[in-house]
This record gives sequence, C-alpha cells and structure tokens, in this order.
Amino acid sequence: MSDHSFVRTEMLDSQAPPMMEGSVLGWIRYNLFSGPLNSLLTILSGLLVVYLLASILPWVFLSSWTATSLRECREVIPLTYGEGTTGACWAVIRERYLQLFYGFYPKELYWRVNLTFVLMLIALAPILFPKLPRQMLYFSGVYPFLGYWLLWGGTIWTPFLTLAGLIVGYLVFNFLNERRGLLIGTIVGTLLIIFWFLLGVIPVAVFLSENVTPLAIEIVESEQFGGFTLSVIIGATGIAASLPIGILLALGRKSDLLIVKSLCVGFIEFIRGVPLITLLFVASTLLNYFLPPGTNFDIILRVVIMVTLFASAYMAEVIRGGLAALPKGQYEAGDALGLDYWKSMRLIVLPQALKISIPGIVSTFIGLFKDTTLVSIIGLLDPIGLSRAIRSDTAWNGIVWELYAFVAAVFFVFCFAMSRYSIYLEKKLETGHR
Amino acid sequence: MQQEVLEKKSNPEQDSQPAVVITNMNKWFGKFHVLRDINLTVNNGERIVICGPSGSGKSTLIRCINRLEEHQSGSIIVEGTELSSDLKNIDLIRSEVGMCFQHFNLFPHLSVMENCTLAPVWVRKVPRHEAEKTAMHFLEKVKIPEQAYKYPGQLSGGQQQRVAIARSLCMRPRIMLFDEPTSALDPEMIKEVLDTMIELAEDGMTMLCVTHEMGFARQVANRVIFMDEGQIVESNEPEEFFNNPQSDRTKLFLSQILGH
Repeated sequence: MSDHSFVRTEMLDSQAPPMMEGSVLGWIRYNLFSGPLNSLLTILSGLLVVYLLASILPWVFLSSWTATSLRECREVIPLTYGEGTTGACWAVIRERYLQLFYGFYPKELYWRVNLTFVLMLIALAPILFPKLPRQMLYFSGVYPFLGYWLLWGGTIWTPFLTLAGLIVGYLVFNFLNERRGLLIGTIVGTLLIIFWFLLGVIPVAVFLSENVTPLAIEIVESEQFGGFTLSVIIGATGIAASLPIGILLALGRKSDLLIVKSLCVGFIEFIRGVPLITLLFVASTLLNYFLPPGTNFDIILRVVIMVTLFASAYMAEVIRGGLAALPKGQYEAGDALGLDYWKSMRLIVLPQALKISIPGIVSTFIGLFKDTTLVSIIGLLDPIGLSRAIRSDTAWNGIVWELYAFVAAVFFVFCFAMSRYSIYLEKKLETGHR
Repeated sequence: MQQEVLEKKSNPEQDSQPAVVITNMNKWFGKFHVLRDINLTVNNGERIVICGPSGSGKSTLIRCINRLEEHQSGSIIVEGTELSSDLKNIDLIRSEVGMCFQHFNLFPHLSVMENCTLAPVWVRKVPRHEAEKTAMHFLEKVKIPEQAYKYPGQLSGGQQQRVAIARSLCMRPRIMLFDEPTSALDPEMIKEVLDTMIELAEDGMTMLCVTHEMGFARQVANRVIFMDEGQIVESNEPEEFFNNPQSDRTKLFLSQILGH
C-alpha cells in the first residue's frame, strides 16, 4: 500500500461551534473591536454619538409646552431650567397641532377626515397583507370614491356615478374583448368611460339629487384643505395611481410596437427631465390658460395629476430595471407554454420584476410623499406652508426649528413605516432562488 | 391516462399527417445566416436527436418549431398548421408543443404545483382541481410527487429539470422539444433526467432532442441528425450514424466527442 492511499472508515459527526460564536462578548469583540483600526473607529463614533446627543437632548427636553407665545417661551425656559438655557418651544405645537393636521378644515367636520383616514387603513390592509380575506378588496375598490365623498362632501351621486361608469366601461370592455378582440374592447371601453366622465356624470348627478334624493353632506372647498391631511391625500393618491401607470409605461417602453414605445420613451424622458416645481407651477397657473374659460378644475386634483405623472415616470424606470433583471428564459418559458402577452406579463414577468424592484418602488413612493411638501410653493397649505403661516402670527414670529422638527418627525413616521413594510414584503416574497 | 394516449395515437387522421414538416427554411440573425435551407419531416411518434458543434444552429432549429425564433423564408408546418405571423396559429401551436430548456426556466416565484397548473388553467381553461390532479399524475411520472409544494429554488438541478418536463406534459403536448436538457446538470443528475426522457419516448411521444448524450441517442432515437454551419450534414439511424458515418465532418465530430 502506498503512502498516498487513504480510506475513511467512519464519517465525522458535526460538532458544536467554538465558544466565541453566539455569545455577547464574542459578538462585541468580533463586530466592534476586531482590530486596532476597528477599535479606534468604534471609540470615535461612540464619542461622536455622545457629543451629538449631549447637544440635542437638552434642547429637546429643557423646553416649554405651556407658553402662549415665543416671547413667553424665552422668558419661562431660563426661569425654570436656570440662566442661559435655550430649550425648544414646543408650546407652538400644542397650540397649533390641530391646524398642522387638518389645515383649515371646519373643526366640527374633523370626524370626516379621521373617518377617511381610518377607512384608508382598512382599505390598504388587504392590499398590504395577502393573508386577509380577499373579499376586503371590494372595499378597497370602492374606497377612493367613498373617501372623496367624505372629504369634499356634496352629493354622493357624483362619486357613485363615476364608479358606476368605470364598472360599466369595464364590463363593456370584457364583453367586446371576448367577441371582437382586445383592441376594439379597449377603445370602445375607454371612450365610453371618457364620454361618461366629461358629459354624463355631473348632469345626471344634479338631476338625481334634485329629483330623487340629494344624499348630500356639507361641502368643504379645496381651499380649506391643508396640513398633513393634504399631504396624505396627495401622497396616497399619487402612490396608488403612479404604480399602475408606471407599470404600463415600463411595459410600453419595452414593447415592440414602435409608436407605443416612442410615446412612452418621450413621456418618461420629458417628465424626468423637468423639475417637479415647474410641473406644479404649470398645474397652478398655466393650465388655466389652456382650459375653456369657466371650467372649475380643482387645484388639488391638478396637483395630484402632476405629482402622479412625475412619480410614474420614475416608477417606470425603476420597474424597467426589474424587467431587465429577469432572465430571458422566463419570457421564453411563458411563450413556450402558449401564454399570450398579457397573461405572461401578469402571471410570470411582473410578479418577479416587481419583487426585484421593491426597494426602488418604495424609494419612489417615499420620495413622492416627501415631495408633496413642494406644493407649499404654489400656495397650498401643506405642513410646510402652514409653518410659514404660523410664523407670520405675531405670537410665534421667529419660531423655526420646533415646527420643522415636528413636521419632520411626522413625515419620518410615515416614511419609516413604508420602508419597514418594504423589508417585510421582500422577506415574505423570498422563495429561495438566486 | 394511458388509454387517452393510445386513442390519440390511433386516430387515423393524425397518423397520416407528419408532426412537423420543414421545407426550404432559412433564418438569419442580422447578416449571419444561421439556418440554411433546412428540410426535415418528423413523423408522429418519431424520436429525433440533433447534435453538432456549438454554433451549428441546432438550438435555433428546434426553437423555430414553436416560434421562439422566427424564420425568414421557407415553411414550417406543425400538426397541419403553418407557422406564420398570425398570433392565433402561434398560440395554438405553442399549446401543442412542449419545450424543455437547458436552464429549466421554471418560474421561481411559484411552487412546483403552481408551475405545472399555470398554463393548463390559464391557456386551456381547465378547472383548477382537475389541473392539480393532472399535475400530480405527471409529477408522479417524473418521480417527484413529494416536492409538489416546494419552490423550484429548493430543488436540485435534476429535480428542477424533471419538474420542467412535467410542466410541459401537463399541457398534453403532441410534440416535445428538448434543448440540451442535461447540459447544465451535475454529472450525478444527468441519469435521472435521461431516464425520464426514455420513459417518455417509450410512451410514444414525438420528440426532438438537441443533446450530446450519445448513449441516449443510441437507446431511443429513430434518427440522429448532425448539423454544422446551419445545415443538416448527415441524418441516419443511430446504428449507422455512429458505426458508419459518411461525411468527414461527422467523423471528426464523433471522434472528438466519443474519443475520450
């Protein structure tokens, strides 16, 4: 037998890992003090954190919640906490938080905003968590119309007829799609809906509310909307609308049909090449020149449309990234099984492409939600616009940090929630490939 | 199930008609002439193995049969339907022709069962519970019923390829195309996939396989086709093909792949 030959007679059992692994001390040593450079960085960052907290925390906590003006704050704080203390004047938040949340929405109607918000959470639940009963999605479908009615008031016939028009249009599309083909179905269905919206909804709603029953609640004008209510309205509508539009644009951009493709590319490149502020100015001023005189095109609606278009262009590019990341074999397998374009997109390509794009999509959502503060520039009273209004009150003239800190904190809660949800979703959709 | 297959086979109308007829077919990628004047008739129940050096156009040829690639001249008639740009014909043919790919191309976001029922439910409009029964039948046939509710990412390469075969079979295809089904597999797993394919051949399925598994070719093929530079160079029964190759190009190829 030569020296190189070897035969194992029994297989080794697996053994417990060395002690360091899994203990707290081991973790600290491994992660924080694994070498001289790492130790030094750990100590320096620790000092930086301590320094920052030591500067910020006193300002946050040595503060006044009860004063009625900035001047009073500046007198009270040194008296309570000792000479030379400069703390935050949170009293402004206590006094104005309702305004920051609801804008100039009538006080006695706050319940409508609250109800709309709670219903929004209920409508979102089945979309966010697939474990909930699927029947809840019907409510999610009705919610935009219900929410609109609750917030703006007026007769319920308008949103009802709008919804009915969409449903009828869809049924017509379905009917024609099976008998006359996709193209005719789409064209007739879309035209029907557009004509109904432009010419049918308002007259019929007026007729029904005058002759049958009004079913109306008190009207609130768009000018009275403001604060976080406004941010959430613009943000949520923009988010809900930009995802489907973005998907269509991304598919259009990858399409073989030259005209569809050029239109999508043109739209995406144009919108991405223009600052959102310009689009908002167009919405607030220029658009009126193009519309027939006397048309009342709601300012919030105009802004929502602009924000949605802006976000959907970015969304399209994010999703296109996801589409490009899919191996060609997935498309081919779908084709080889005889699935047509839309089925293969819906069942095979999009579920995977969207999953890959989740971080980008949620980033776009968060960006869109934060961009809603830009509407303050065209005079809408979102939280930032309101802060400016509050500052112009003589009692609070000169207050800056407290308002912005509060607005930032509330925005952070929303955005952080979205970010956490996206991580949860990514984990949930992980099926062990790649 | 078996009976159904037999009935299908004994239908005289289909027997008289070849499964695939390719006449004077040409294809270019840009300026590159990949397939040159291809003529090929595949009869029902015939098992054909296509081999040749890489870049010889063998994959492209079978991908033309279900129009994953478009040919530019000549004609391809599959089960009596000519492949043209008419989308209806293409969808019809694709639902009759199953295909297995080198990289399996299972849908990673769906479980094995969902992979197998997707096309029957959405294309053939089979009720879901029925589609699941069929899927289970074919998963048993490829010997992995116990993996039905796992995701493709949790399976080995050989198991994935067998799922891919089952997925195609769930559509009850009349023709199966295999595009190098074992090339991406670890050596230990090639046999299980080949066994599945042999079993399929024994059931009388019309098969076109691009493969370099010469043992498989000897065992099941009715005909072996050798391709080079986009042309069919030699076509013969396996015994003749391997023992008595005619063209020099074939001899060289065989000496290279059988020589070690």
